[in-house]
Amino acid sequence: MDDSETSGVSRRKFMIYSLSAATLTVAAPLGCDTSTAEGSEPARGTSEVLVTGTDEEMLVLEVTPANRVVVRLPRVELGQGITTAVAVMIAEELDARLADVDIPLADARTKGNQSTGGSNSVSSLYGPARQLAATARARLVTAAARRWHLPARSLHTRNTMVVAPDGRTATFGSLSASAARVRRTSVPAKPKPASKHRLIGRPTNRIDARDLVTGKAKYTGDLTVAGAKPTVVARPPTLGGKLVSVDDRAAGALPGVHAVVRVPGGVAVVAETFHHAFNARDALKIKWAPGPMASLSDAGIRSRLRAAVPKPGTPPRGSTQVEGEFEFAFVSHAPMEVLTAIADVRAHQAEIWFSSQTPMDARDTIASAIGLSASKVTVHVLRGGGSFGRRLHYDAAIEAALISKAAKRPVKLMWSRNDDTRHGRMRPASHHRIRASHKDGRVVAFSHMMASVNESEGTTAHQASFVRPVSAPLPSDSGLYNFGRISGDSGGVDLPIPLGAWRSVDSGTMRAAEEVVVDEVARSLGKDAVAFRRTTLRNKAVRAVLDKVAEAGEWGRSLPDGHGQGVAVHEEYGSCVACLAEIDATDPKNPRVTKVVMAADVGTAVNPRGLEAQLMGATVDGISTILSAGLHIDRGAVREGSFADFHWARQRHAPLHFEVHIMPSTGEPGGAGELGVPAASGAVANAYARATGTKPRRFPLNF
Amino acid sequence: MPSYSFVLNGEKVTVEAPADMPLLWVLRDLLHVTGPKYGCGVGVCRACTSHLDGEEIQPCTVKVKDCADREVTTIEGLADGDTLHPVQEAWLDCDVAQCGFCQPGQIMAAAALLKKTPQPSDADIDRIENVCRCGTYTRIREAINKAAAKITP
Repeated sequence: MDDSETSGVSRRKFMIYSLSAATLTVAAPLGCDTSTAEGSEPARGTSEVLVTGTDEEMLVLEVTPANRVVVRLPRVELGQGITTAVAVMIAEELDARLADVDIPLADARTKGNQSTGGSNSVSSLYGPARQLAATARARLVTAAARRWHLPARSLHTRNTMVVAPDGRTATFGSLSASAARVRRTSVPAKPKPASKHRLIGRPTNRIDARDLVTGKAKYTGDLTVAGAKPTVVARPPTLGGKLVSVDDRAAGALPGVHAVVRVPGGVAVVAETFHHAFNARDALKIKWAPGPMASLSDAGIRSRLRAAVPKPGTPPRGSTQVEGEFEFAFVSHAPMEVLTAIADVRAHQAEIWFSSQTPMDARDTIASAIGLSASKVTVHVLRGGGSFGRRLHYDAAIEAALISKAAKRPVKLMWSRNDDTRHGRMRPASHHRIRASHKDGRVVAFSHMMASVNESEGTTAHQASFVRPVSAPLPSDSGLYNFGRISGDSGGVDLPIPLGAWRSVDSGTMRAAEEVVVDEVARSLGKDAVAFRRTTLRNKAVRAVLDKVAEAGEWGRSLPDGHGQGVAVHEEYGSCVACLAEIDATDPKNPRVTKVVMAADVGTAVNPRGLEAQLMGATVDGISTILSAGLHIDRGAVREGSFADFHWARQRHAPLHFEVHIMPSTGEPGGAGELGVPAASGAVANAYARATGTKPRRFPLNF
Repeated sequence: MPSYSFVLNGEKVTVEAPADMPLLWVLRDLLHVTGPKYGCGVGVCRACTSHLDGEEIQPCTVKVKDCADREVTTIEGLADGDTLHPVQEAWLDCDVAQCGFCQPGQIMAAAALLKKTPQPSDADIDRIENVCRCGTYTRIREAINKAAAKITP
């Protein structure tokens, strides 16, 4: 993080509107800064406002008479804890009890930013959410002052109440109606200074934790929508395989089968239960034509990628080269909750329920697929059972809508685990050629040329915006290290494979490979991997997190043969992180990461416990993708079919010891959801290299 | 259609279902008990993990006919009314869940482990096969140890 960024928060101002309602309801536009004075109430459509001010694009806070504080969130909860983080921001500024704050997910809107991605939810909501709640608080205090005929400044707020000096209290709910009529507040509507924070920065448990541990939390497949019957789709054995013919007589005659309809992806069966649906699917007699990749397997894809890597320039005269070529396999997103969508498509309107990172795009695309105008399509956003980028796409929701339309009935479509693993989406395979040139003990040039499979199959421009476009600046161009002349370029191979941005996108591969090379450069120069990084890192915040893990993780401590330590750092999303991993690779085919220490500087950490969870998850992503989890392509088909052969880490592969150090900061929050993946991946690869004396090149290593 | 009766979370239920229908779909689609999740259908991911006569099972691979006259407990039946099971309490204390989808299965697996092995070793905990795609394993281990300490102080 740049030092100059740290004072950014206080300069930002957010315009707040009051909405006409019987209860106190205030709204903050999302994603726009204005120079309007805090607490003022400009007319809608002020020229300085970047958005035009319909309620649709706002973050809206309502205080109900029952003393609930409700903020309908235009983001999706996927396990990253965004609803808890927003509840913390709201409760902080409102002086509400966290338990009195509800953060339901908003239906798809018509305007504004409703995308969840790019690790930007906390940073984009931090200003508007706090200003929103501070404004509501000022009005509630003003309303109480009028009721009690006391100076507003003599009142304070706590536990979702206004409290008078004599001890009288009024709940926010009891003040809501009169606060809604307050035009001019008697106290400033100004968010607290960081020094007054009692919730922000304090470890907070998830607000939905009890629902999650009792089975009450509802995911799409758990909903009961009238008449929506279980639906599955018979899909081709190969990627993009086409239906030649189907004989559905036997399947259609089975008990409990309601409909059999063709869809672009295969043949859908609607039945009384998923048991009946799977049985009927398996009774379909289908002839498939092989997909367009049927002649292509891993070896062919790898050689095409290798050939597509741009040629690096000539290294500086007289320099010594440290070079490596790295390969990464395709990786499934594999969220625990397979893609599921409920669709009820009628002649003149449609209603869809599913977990979506891009519900506005989804609504528009679904509307056009079923021939309705977007205004006739309602999309309800549900919590997701994981995503890792998968729910940027809405393939299953489109499919559910098409099936509902064809079958003329509501459906609850579920992709099987085989569907999910074999028909994508996946992180693209990639090939990297990295070269560090050193001279007189210093790196004087660093080149990273790469190629990956282009994401084109069924991807909209908006979804693609979460993926670094081909030939865009590479992460190494940000100049993490003082490596002299930095160069990078990327090539692409077009293949009809359903791909999707995967947590940390290209950084998870590119930066991991770069961190391996950094270790090899240090070795080549006879320097320690941490000491070398310390002297070459440009940003002192990155140096600080590296120092933290080196100290806390006892870098350089002696370990038995076959064990090793590895470090790596990463900087992105306005944040930085370091990871120190220890591995037991006594059996190199069955290594175990035994200990992981991370340190992160994300600016203000709204909820340190949530941040720790994100880094914990990113660590398991690194362990899995570096050591064991990938997809093979055999003649146009994905070989793996479930967690039986897609070797995601289990408990026995997770570190026995995991600790996170969060650097103190009052700076603006950066992103953290994806941050840990590249550092964890690099650290695990470097630990494996040190433990085994090998140079890791092809990932996952045991594949 | 044959009919089967069993005790589900303390209450007797009767369902009409094909004999080979997996318990998972009986629970979810016929009885609307949705705590046990589908994640693979082949007993690998273990998101549906529940108990049959107190022992861990994966309902996606257990046929309804094999549950007749037995006791099925899902995550919904683990707590004693509003009093959570010590494993659930430990899960809250350690803030284990992220997306939460695998957590009913993780909790039921942990509860079954602690019933058989009240003081599990790291190796015992390592034998839990339930997949957590969010990677909450460290907190799962911490929560199991915490629950073990509470159950057998």
